Amino acid sequence: MSWTPICAYDALLPERGVCALVGGEQVAVFRTYDGDLYALDNLDPFSGAYVLSRGIVGTRKGEPTVASPLHKQVFSLVTGRCLDEEGVSVPVHAVRVNGARVEVSLRQRAGVGALAGHV
Amino acid sequence: MSRIVVVGHGPAAHRFVERLTGNGFAGSVTVIGEEPRPAYDRVALTSYLSGVSADELTYAVPEGVVTRTATRVTAVDRQARHVVTADGGRTPYDVLVLATGSAPFVPPVPGAEHAFVYRTIEDLDAIRTAAKDAVAGVVVGGGLLGLEAADALRALGLKTHIVEMSPWLMPRQVDEGGGSVLKGHIERLGLGVHAGSGVQEIVTGSDGRVAGVRTPDGTLLEAQVVVFSAGVRPRDELARSCGLEVGARGGVVVDSAMRTSDPSIYAIGECALAGGTVYGLVGPCNTMAEVAADRVTGGSATFEGADLSTKLKLLGVEVAQFGAMDGALDVTYMDPVAGVYKKLFVSDDARTLLGGICVGDASPYATLRPFVGKELPAAPADLLFSGAGAALDLPDEAQVCSCNNVCAGDIRTAIAEQGVTDVPGVKACTRAGTTCGSCVPMLKQLLEKSGVELSKALCEHFAYSRAELFDIVRVRGVTTFSELVSAHGQGRGCDICKPAVASILASLHNGHVLEGERAALQDTNDAFLANIQKNGTYSVVPRIPGGEITPEKLIVIGEVARDFGLYTKITGGQRIDLFGARVEQLPEIWRRLVDAGFESGHAYGKALRTVKSCVGSTWCRYGVQDSVGLAIALELRYRGLRSPHKLKSAVSGCARECAEARSKDFGVIATEQGWNLYVGGNGGFTPRHADLLATDLSTDELLRTIDRFLMFYIRTADRLQRTAAWLESLDGGLDYLREVIMEDSLGICADLDAQMEQHVATYADEWRATLDDPGKLSRFVSFVNAPGMPDPSIVFASERGQIRPVMAR
Repeated sequence: MSWTPICAYDALLPERGVCALVGGEQVAVFRTYDGDLYALDNLDPFSGAYVLSRGIVGTRKGEPTVASPLHKQVFSLVTGRCLDEEGVSVPVHAVRVNGARVEVSLRQRAGVGALAGHV
Repeated sequence: MSRIVVVGHGPAAHRFVERLTGNGFAGSVTVIGEEPRPAYDRVALTSYLSGVSADELTYAVPEGVVTRTATRVTAVDRQARHVVTADGGRTPYDVLVLATGSAPFVPPVPGAEHAFVYRTIEDLDAIRTAAKDAVAGVVVGGGLLGLEAADALRALGLKTHIVEMSPWLMPRQVDEGGGSVLKGHIERLGLGVHAGSGVQEIVTGSDGRVAGVRTPDGTLLEAQVVVFSAGVRPRDELARSCGLEVGARGGVVVDSAMRTSDPSIYAIGECALAGGTVYGLVGPCNTMAEVAADRVTGGSATFEGADLSTKLKLLGVEVAQFGAMDGALDVTYMDPVAGVYKKLFVSDDARTLLGGICVGDASPYATLRPFVGKELPAAPADLLFSGAGAALDLPDEAQVCSCNNVCAGDIRTAIAEQGVTDVPGVKACTRAGTTCGSCVPMLKQLLEKSGVELSKALCEHFAYSRAELFDIVRVRGVTTFSELVSAHGQGRGCDICKPAVASILASLHNGHVLEGERAALQDTNDAFLANIQKNGTYSVVPRIPGGEITPEKLIVIGEVARDFGLYTKITGGQRIDLFGARVEQLPEIWRRLVDAGFESGHAYGKALRTVKSCVGSTWCRYGVQDSVGLAIALELRYRGLRSPHKLKSAVSGCARECAEARSKDFGVIATEQGWNLYVGGNGGFTPRHADLLATDLSTDELLRTIDRFLMFYIRTADRLQRTAAWLESLDGGLDYLREVIMEDSLGICADLDAQMEQHVATYADEWRATLDDPGKLSRFVSFVNAPGMPDPSIVFASERGQIRPVMAR
C-alpha cells in the first residue's frame, strides 16, 4: 500500500472537504466534526462532475455523510454507498494522519462486480 | 435456475431486474437491448426536449446486472436455450424474458417514409433537427401520445396541426362532450385540430422535402415535419420466429404468470398479450414485470388485468378517465367558458360508481377513482366538485396508486406497522406516488386521517420548523450551528438543516457567510460565492442595481469575460452572468471586478437577487415616476439580505408595467400619487400574480412597508418557501398580513424595523471581504496538493463563438 501525502492536517477544516490529486485520480478528503478523516472518489456518479469534495458534510442516523452539491444525493463517508438511491456507490480510499500530514492511499480500482462485495 | 436473459431494455425490463435483485435473486442476469443506452423513463420523454439530459432520464442499472446496449437479438433457439445476437454471439439462458416492447404504427400512405415517430430519445433528436428549418408540423394521431408530440412540436416553435381519424381527440379517454371541450383548449393555444379526418399522403416538394399532409377531403396542411402517433404494434417478431404462440392481431400470448407457450420463456410489457389485451400504459407493464420477477424467484403472483385509468396534463389541460366509459346513468357538469367537463357514470339505481371523465379539472380523479365499483360515498353532483373528496373514507381494498398497484389498506398498514409519518415515508415503503404522483393528495389525506400529525420537523436533526428555529436563535441569542444542534437538535446536521441555519444566522447577525464554522454550513454556491453549473464550474454575477450600468463598467465586464474565456449571457434580472469559471479563477475574476467598483450580486444566495426596472419618467413619455431611481434604492437597501428563499423585485414607472413587477416577491408600480406595492408574486414553476398590498404610498411609507414585509417573511416562512407560497399559507392571508405589518396587530413592527435597520447598517460586500482575507481565499483551489493546477476534467467545446461545457460521459 503506497501513501501519498496531500496536505497538513490543519489545512482541513471541520465538516468541509478538499480535493487532492493522487496518481492522477481526484480524491475528496473530508474531516468530520470529531476530527476523523474519510476519502471518497471526487466524481459524483449522478452528474458526472468532479464535485463531491464541495458537498455539505453531516450525519444520517449517526453515520457521517456528504451530499452532492449538484443534486443533493447523500453518500456515506464510511462505505461510499449512496443512501438515497440503492445500488449506487462511489469508491472509498484509505486516508490517515502521519505526524502532522494527511496521507491518502488509492483503493485498488475494482470492476463492477467487485464493487458490490467490498464497499 | 441460474441464468436469466432479458431481451429488450425498456421500463418493463428495468422494473423486472430491479424487482429481481430486490427479491435477492442470486443467479446471473443479462439484459440485451437494441437501443444505445439502458432503460430510461419514457413517461418523461418529452422533458428531454426542454433540456433534461438522456443521462438524467436513464435509470440506474441495479448492481450485478450485466447490460448489453445497441445489441439486437435476432433469434431464440429454444432447444439449445440460447439467444443469438446480430454479431452471431450466443447467450445461454435458463429463463428468457421477452420485454421487446412495441413499435409505432406507421400507416402505409405515400410518403410515409418521410415521417417521424415519437418513442425514443433518438426519435426526439431527429425531430429536433428537422424542426430547425421548419415552420409548421403535423401530428397524425390525436391520442395521448399524439397530443404530447404536438406539444413538443409547438415547444420547438412550429405551427402545429393534429389530425385524428376519430370524430374527437383522445377517443380512448374521453367521450364526445369531453372531446369538444378538449378541442377548445387546444385551439386556444393556437394548434389546428382536424378530427374525423386522416392522411391520404405526405406531399413532398420539388426538392424532395416534405411540404405537407393531404387529408381525405383534399385539404393540404402545410408542414415540414410530420410525426405519426397512430398507435403501436407489439414487437413479437422474435417470439413468432421461434414458434411461440402469438395473438391474431399481434402480441406474445402469456398466462396470468406471464409465461408464454414455452414455460421457460416469459413475456412482459407492451409485447405481451395478457388475457387478450396488449397494455401500453406504464402501470400494467410494471405490474407484469413484478409478477414475472416474483415467479422466477419461486413466488406465485398473478397478473389479473389492470386498471386503465389515466390522469395527465397535456398541453396544459388536465385530462382524466377512470373505470367504465358508459353506464346506465350519468351526471355531467360542463362549463364551456372555463373549459371544464366532468362526467360520472353510475349504476341504474344510482348507488354504484362505474367510472368518470374529466377535462380541464381532474381534481375528482384522485378521490373518486378508488370508489369505482363501490357504493357512492355522496350524491353524484357533489362529487364532481373539488374538495368533496376530503371527507371520504376509502375502503382498504380501494386502489390509491394505479401506477404501482397500491391500495388504501397497504398505506394504512405502512402507517400503522412501519411507523411511517409523512409522504416521503409512504413513497419509500409502498412505492405509491412514485411514478406519476397524481395520488399524492390522497396519501396526505390517508396520513391525516390515520391520526398521524404531519411532521413539521426540518430534518432528522431538528424537530422544529424553520420558523421555530428562527425564534430559538433569535430569543436565545444563538450564534453558531454547533451550539444550536447540541442544545436543540441531534447529530451533526445535513444539507437541509445546515444551509437553513446558516441563512437564519445571516438574517439575524449579518456577519460574513464564510466566517469560522459558518463556512461549513453553506451550500457550495454560498461556499464559493458563485453559482455551480453542471460540470462543476461556477458562474459569476456582479450586481448591476436596477439594471443601470455605465459604458465603462460594461466594458470591464466584457474584458473580464474575454480575458478569462467565460461564456456570457444576459439574465432575466437585467444583469450579466459569466459562466465557466474554475474555483481558482474566482478570486482573480473578482479582484478585477471589485477594483472596477462592482460588488457581489448574490445570485448564488437565498437572498435579494435583483430589482428590475423600466426606464421610467426620466426617458419614457408615459412614465409617471422615476422607477430606475427607486429600483436602485431598493436594491442597495436590501442587497445581501439572507432569506428563506431567493427574493426578486421590480419597479415599473407606470401602469403599463414594463418591468413585470407583479411577477415578483415584491413589486412596485408607479401611480400619479406615489407607489402601489404588490407582494407574493412568482414566475417559475407555479406562476402567481402578486397581490396589491397598499396603494399610493410615499417613498418613505413604501420602504417601511417593504422592510416589515420582508422581515415578517424571513421570521415565519418555511425553508425554501417563496413569498408566494408563504402568503398563501398564511392564516388570514393578505388581510392578516396588512394587519400585522401596517396596523401592528402583533406589536412586532418596532422589532421588524430595528432588524432591517441593523441589516442595512451592517451590510458589507462579501466578495471584497473575501479578497481581503487570506484564510478564506485559501479555499479557492481545485486541488489542495496542487493549488495552481486547473481541474483537467473540465473541458469546453465552442458553440456560437463561446464556450460550452463538455461532459466526460
